[in-house]
Amino acid sequence: MALPPLPDEAIVIAAEVGDWRAAVHVAGAALVDSGAAREGYGDEMVRMIDEHGPYVVIAPGLVLAHARPGDRVVRDGLAVVTLAEPVPFGHPHNDPVTVVLGLAVESVGGHLESIADLANVFNDASVIPALAAAATPDEIRALMGLTEDA
Amino acid sequence: MKIVTICGAGIGSSGILKVNAERVLARLDIEADVVAADVASIAEVGDDAQVILTSAEFVEAIGSTFADVIVIQNHFDQQELTEKLQRSLG
Repeated sequence: MALPPLPDEAIVIAAEVGDWRAAVHVAGAALVDSGAAREGYGDEMVRMIDEHGPYVVIAPGLVLAHARPGDRVVRDGLAVVTLAEPVPFGHPHNDPVTVVLGLAVESVGGHLESIADLANVFNDASVIPALAAAATPDEIRALMGLTEDA
Repeated sequence: MKIVTICGAGIGSSGILKVNAERVLARLDIEADVVAADVASIAEVGDDAQVILTSAEFVEAIGSTFADVIVIQNHFDQQELTEKLQRSLG
């Protein structure tokens, strides 16, 4: 699968959150709102971090949150959340976080193409601060090279 | 040569590491099979690996291994990946 489209429902700009759990839940809610996941997917993403630690902060300021494929996934989906204030996730090097990506994948294996697309976008280090500063969904889509519809 | 990338589910961060490691290895002209896996399957998948790429959080869970365990901080930093892979493989 290539990266899924990014409808407005999957984008939240300048979310006000008190802590990292709330930040991940905003991404979970955006995946539910955009039809990629069911209620409870955000809890599963939080559980992954509770279980394994803040490894999801994969670059300075950026979280890639996701759970495993399963009942809570409707279809492949991506959500982009920017935070009004940077939030610490407890990562020794890449804190604080300003951008949270939420990912839902239907199956493991077929998703590597979309992961490669994500690498193409974020191997340019200027994209994370640019996303954090974006004011509209169109700006976010342009930075990520994604369209609103499939 | 086999390289394994490890994260919690074998999907996200290990996928990014796999994709970027493959790009770096191609540039260095090093042939390797790069496999992304979850930490729970490390005993099975990491058995014959020469290098394991992962985040600091998984080093303890990976435990003792013959592979060289490399911790990557910025998964999108090809420079960091290149330097650490070169140090390990050179």
